[in-house]
Amino acid sequence: MTEVKMTRRDFIKTNAVAAAAATAGMSVPGVALAQARGGDGVRWDKGVCRYCGTGCGVLVGTKEGKIVATQGDPDCPVNSGLNCVKGYFLAKIQYGQDRLTRPLLRMKDGKFDKNGEFTPISWDQAFDIMAEKVKATMKNPDQGPFGVSMFGSGQWTIWEGYAANKLMKAGFRSNSIDPNARHCMASAVFAFIRTFGADEPMGVYDDIEHADAFALWGSNMAEMHPILWSRITNRRLTAKHVKIHVLSTFGHRSCELADNELIFNPQSDLAIANYICNYIIQTGAVNKDFVAKNVTFHKGVTDIGYGLRPNHPLEQAAGNNGYPGADGKPKGNPNAFSPTTYDEFAKFVSEYTLDKAHQISGVPKDKLEALAKIYADPKIKVMSTWTMGMNQHTRGTWINNMLYNIHLLVGKISEPGNSPFSLTGQPSACGTAREVGTFAHRLPADMVIMNPAHREAAEKIWKVPAGTISDRIGYHAVQQSRMLKDGKIGFYWTSTTNNMQAGPNVNQEIYPGWRNPKAFVVVSDVYPTVSAMSADLILPCAMWMEKEGAFGNAERRGQFWRQQVKAPGECRSDLWQYIEFSKRFKTDEVWPAELLDKNPQYKGKTLYEVLYANGQVNMFPKEEAAKVNAHAWAGYTNEETEAFGYYVQKGLFEEYRRFGTGKAKDLGEFDHYHRVRGLRWPVVNGKETLWRYREGYDPYVKAGEGIKFYGNPDGKARIFALPYQDPPEKPDNEYNLWLCTGRVLEHWHSGSMTRRVPELYKSFPDAVIWIHPKDAEKRGIKRNDIVKVATRRGEIELRAETKGRNKMPEGLVFVPFFDEHRLVNKLILDATCPISKETDYKKNACKVWKA
Amino acid sequence: MNSETKPKGSARRQFLADTARMACGVGLLGLGVGLYARNATALPPAALRPPGALPEAEFSAACIRCGMCVRDCPFDMLMLAKPEDPMATGTPYFVARQAPCEMCEHIPCVKACPTSALDHSLTDITKARMGLAVLVDQETCLNYLGLRCDICYRVCPLLDKAITLDPQTNTRTGTHTLFIPVVHSNACTGCGLCEKACPTEIAAIKVFPLYMARGQLSAHYRLGWVEKEKAGGSLVTPDVEHQYHMPEGMKYEYGKGLSVVPPGEAAPGAVPPVPTFKALQGDKL
Amino acid sequence: MSALPHKVGAEAIAEKGWLVAHKWLILRRASQIGILLLFMVGPWFGWWIVKGNLNYSYTLGVLPLTDPYLLAQMLAAGQTPEQLAWVGVAIVVIFYLLVGGRSYCSWVCPVNLVTDLANWLRTRLGLKGGAHLARRTRYWILGMTLVVAAITGTIAWEMLNPVSMLHRGLFFGIGFAWAVILAVFLFDLFVMRQGWCGHLCPVGAFYGLIGKASLLRIKLPQRAACNDCMDCFAVCPEQQVIRPALKGINGAAPIILEAQCTNCGRCIDVCSKDVFRFGIRFGAPVPGVSGTVSPVPK
Repeated sequence: MTEVKMTRRDFIKTNAVAAAAATAGMSVPGVALAQARGGDGVRWDKGVCRYCGTGCGVLVGTKEGKIVATQGDPDCPVNSGLNCVKGYFLAKIQYGQDRLTRPLLRMKDGKFDKNGEFTPISWDQAFDIMAEKVKATMKNPDQGPFGVSMFGSGQWTIWEGYAANKLMKAGFRSNSIDPNARHCMASAVFAFIRTFGADEPMGVYDDIEHADAFALWGSNMAEMHPILWSRITNRRLTAKHVKIHVLSTFGHRSCELADNELIFNPQSDLAIANYICNYIIQTGAVNKDFVAKNVTFHKGVTDIGYGLRPNHPLEQAAGNNGYPGADGKPKGNPNAFSPTTYDEFAKFVSEYTLDKAHQISGVPKDKLEALAKIYADPKIKVMSTWTMGMNQHTRGTWINNMLYNIHLLVGKISEPGNSPFSLTGQPSACGTAREVGTFAHRLPADMVIMNPAHREAAEKIWKVPAGTISDRIGYHAVQQSRMLKDGKIGFYWTSTTNNMQAGPNVNQEIYPGWRNPKAFVVVSDVYPTVSAMSADLILPCAMWMEKEGAFGNAERRGQFWRQQVKAPGECRSDLWQYIEFSKRFKTDEVWPAELLDKNPQYKGKTLYEVLYANGQVNMFPKEEAAKVNAHAWAGYTNEETEAFGYYVQKGLFEEYRRFGTGKAKDLGEFDHYHRVRGLRWPVVNGKETLWRYREGYDPYVKAGEGIKFYGNPDGKARIFALPYQDPPEKPDNEYNLWLCTGRVLEHWHSGSMTRRVPELYKSFPDAVIWIHPKDAEKRGIKRNDIVKVATRRGEIELRAETKGRNKMPEGLVFVPFFDEHRLVNKLILDATCPISKETDYKKNACKVWKA
Repeated sequence: MNSETKPKGSARRQFLADTARMACGVGLLGLGVGLYARNATALPPAALRPPGALPEAEFSAACIRCGMCVRDCPFDMLMLAKPEDPMATGTPYFVARQAPCEMCEHIPCVKACPTSALDHSLTDITKARMGLAVLVDQETCLNYLGLRCDICYRVCPLLDKAITLDPQTNTRTGTHTLFIPVVHSNACTGCGLCEKACPTEIAAIKVFPLYMARGQLSAHYRLGWVEKEKAGGSLVTPDVEHQYHMPEGMKYEYGKGLSVVPPGEAAPGAVPPVPTFKALQGDKL
Repeated sequence: MSALPHKVGAEAIAEKGWLVAHKWLILRRASQIGILLLFMVGPWFGWWIVKGNLNYSYTLGVLPLTDPYLLAQMLAAGQTPEQLAWVGVAIVVIFYLLVGGRSYCSWVCPVNLVTDLANWLRTRLGLKGGAHLARRTRYWILGMTLVVAAITGTIAWEMLNPVSMLHRGLFFGIGFAWAVILAVFLFDLFVMRQGWCGHLCPVGAFYGLIGKASLLRIKLPQRAACNDCMDCFAVCPEQQVIRPALKGINGAAPIILEAQCTNCGRCIDVCSKDVFRFGIRFGAPVPGVSGTVSPVPK
């Protein structure tokens, strides 16, 4: 049953070692001591949990080339030695029985065949056919460079994301690279940029211990951020005045602790946010000094559509969705806004009275008022947290902006306890997807490909010719699926993600796209996920502790780990895959002649030479690995360093670091990270930054400035006047229930790891549909009955649950998406926030009946 | 004795002897069967009876080992005891760790039972008492250790009733919470979902038959707060109002203790202002 | 029985053909196996025609059948069943009053397959002798099980009962019940001919009691034709029941009225002279019969 046999004595002993290390207050990480003192032959080293964006530190115990145990790192300030139950089973995630260990290609009669069966091939053969398909795609007039497309991940390590970004944007000159983080926190990103001109939260987890009130806006932290919730709960327990407000469309575990539970009608968070602004204004609670000094007011365009396909009636009707109009020119820009004034803003939100907010949201007035009061009361420090409830929203960017409106109006921001805090769901959504800029429009360090200066800066750092990086935005996640279906993408490479399960509208968009004969789909993965099984070529990957890695968590903390064990069979890290694959291309094959004619020194070179053996990435010799890590591991090296002959990770990171240095995105030195439990950027002179934009805490705010939102040229944050608008689909007579999807604590995202841990599988084996007992009764459904759930996109079958952890209001059902046998995302409309392009997985109209 | 009665007498003797032999033999067999059966009526700790099962002594008399409950269980989690199982052969049971009771609302197993072995008056599954969950090992319960598992809590069909989480400060980290799972015997049905789902190597929470798991208070002590609530008020005459010597600005409330008087509020017990009856005069107040 | 000069049933086969000479045996096996199959297709294929087992079963959601012996033990132990079980017991009792109580043994009970096999092998191997027990032992055991049920307050016999153990085992998991069945088999093979069913089994004894008044009987209309080949004796599981009716001892009528007769019909099969046939206990005296034809004594 288990590979870990640890006696109680061993356990106490190891704990004692960790405790001793902690009390000794050592300057070097305690791992060296643990290694020496373990005694049971288990070598311990520091690492990061593989799952969510909390970024819990773990210690990883290896013996005889295998992870035999893990423990919460008692010295990691995020979790102080604790984990959630998924983290408890980290030792098992690499050892599922069906681990992919060889490249597999769909073949028939010894040749690639789109309808063939998976047949083992060599890496050489795999790269052969991949290179052939990339080159063919580039030459195809229907497809071109952007037809070479990549779908990456917020679970990529930082250097993997960086290497991939570089390969795509500088190598293949395709901006069609997007991370799965698009499904996850793109709305948060766009709102950060719109409001502050800079991505990522200003606060840190320490805000929890300083806040007097918490408001969860569409986040079930009790299950999805269990360790942070444990901190919030403790704050609530130990300080009697602390109150917790939970906004949600259904009752869940976080509501248990709530002093004020606000169950609102889907989409009406927009009205609630505007009501709170109105309340603040009406009660004279506006922090006038703060607003005058630090805030500007703007009016966003409305009528922005829903990110559906351009031929959808809703998009035809929309005036500002940015899609080509009848004249072929883009119809406005959904992200556009124009300056306005405080008075105009006050007038704009004045229509969102308590009555109106109550009427739209269905939340009792006293509850709405109680929530508004915590923001309005200058004595109460408020921490607002959110994840998918606000981000997966057809007005996701708006609702993020609107929450900042509230905090900015009362000046409750950028100081301990006053913190609008966007949580993340993936271990490196911040570290890789956002900071490295693996989005279709981004470059590292908040730069964007639309900005010529940014492109130039990137080309300089990357040492590629001017004009290499395309100025056109690439295909974003949802668009990639559509382009695959439309035959515009000829080569599609995904890694560390499971879009066939996690993406929207699987049956109508994603699956037909992947199976389109015009597309060649490569999935790099560790287990045979639904995505892998839909691919044309599967590449077996090294995962987590089988490679040296780095993640960046939700509080801007970057954390590194060393490679602990070898990957099984022919598994290779994504990093190796990207770098090795780049050897297959000469610049002449992938760059246009005019670019090479202008820069003849690049002629005849391989992409490998241009991108990686560029004198920067390869500047640290092999021996450097041992030197950098000598404090923890004598003679350390890793797979990629051995394969390429230089310390690849350090070379990539040091090159990448140059993007943000001096731009308030400063990362620490590579070596530094290997000696600490993470650093929160900006790291200036080796010092971390806790609260950004505030004098004293943030080195980029000069003495006397107090607050400075330096991301915007005027140093001010923006407040946006934005209205409530209906979602694209609402329950009607036929599809008469709201369908909301999400997660459960036991499983992480699409379950590819957690469902392979027998204990976790057993604890929550199959997805169920939570439904209100009255809704069930009306349909003749009893608890545990098999029911069918259908939307206009498809149907699935699963058991009904009327009890348990989630308490549905009438009219709304909830289905978690972890279960690959019950793919709820078949039912989800691919409508997105038109600004962030993030899908709304929370609001679809469905019907339910007894099967 | 004459010759005629002699063979008759010997036949009768023979008959009596045969009968005695038979009675002794069968009697001994009966004794064995009886003792074996008595021993086997003590249900082992891991075995739980289906919902509505009579107390064990009566159950083994009422259950006719037909397996109808097994057949009508939609989750197929009931088993019939085999001869080698340490309980009455052929009687239904389940082992929570392997497959717990899913608590069907319509309780098909009880409906299927042709006898009173499964009490047909049980129509609300939440009233079933198959056993009682006990958190047997605090040292290995992940939540006691401060980890965020609470799987037993969330998997409980009667969560927040049968199992609640009692938050306590994690004094080791100082910033986290221990969510201590607490089982409430007035709601726990003993379905065993918690034991099945407990992710540790050996379950830290286990469901035991009621006779093992349940304690009982002695009749000579009553819980004051329960009795008071039951009676709808104090069982004895309420006190007359208490009064205290208090400095300015402080108040002391019976049962609540000392506190500072918020400005604008008169301290209770302070002498109320003497009402003055003076007619208002003039054209302004 | 002493060694027979010829193969049992050979004459009947010669006379009537193999099929006719095995008619009732084949029908009986078909019944035994068919009933097992009815119970089996549920767990095997999910075709739930019959649920439960021989203790209590429910067919197609309409027909309850309850084992009256088990019910008796339950009552002795101080418990009462629900309505369906009462209905079931009434149906079973009436049925066996019609077809003969011990028809249960030969046409339904799965242990019969085991003990018949033991007996067949015993004959093939020519095993002789063994222990001796009175056939009435079973009534003592029957009584004992009821007394023990009353004293212990449990259905104690169910801890050992090979009949329900085998039947239940086949559909709910056999466990170590196979050892009990093997013990019965070996007992019948080496220790005593027809030891279990004919001497010890209280289930059979109970059904035999029901059968005392049953309607369906073996009649011997042609008993005069008997050539004393002894084949009927050789195959009869309760040999003592044949002689009075066949030989008219004490003026017995040509009908087997003994409670222990299992109505297996094997005597009909093996008799080349067609002495035996099924009939009902009432009705006109069988014509054309020599010897004393007198009403049933008593």
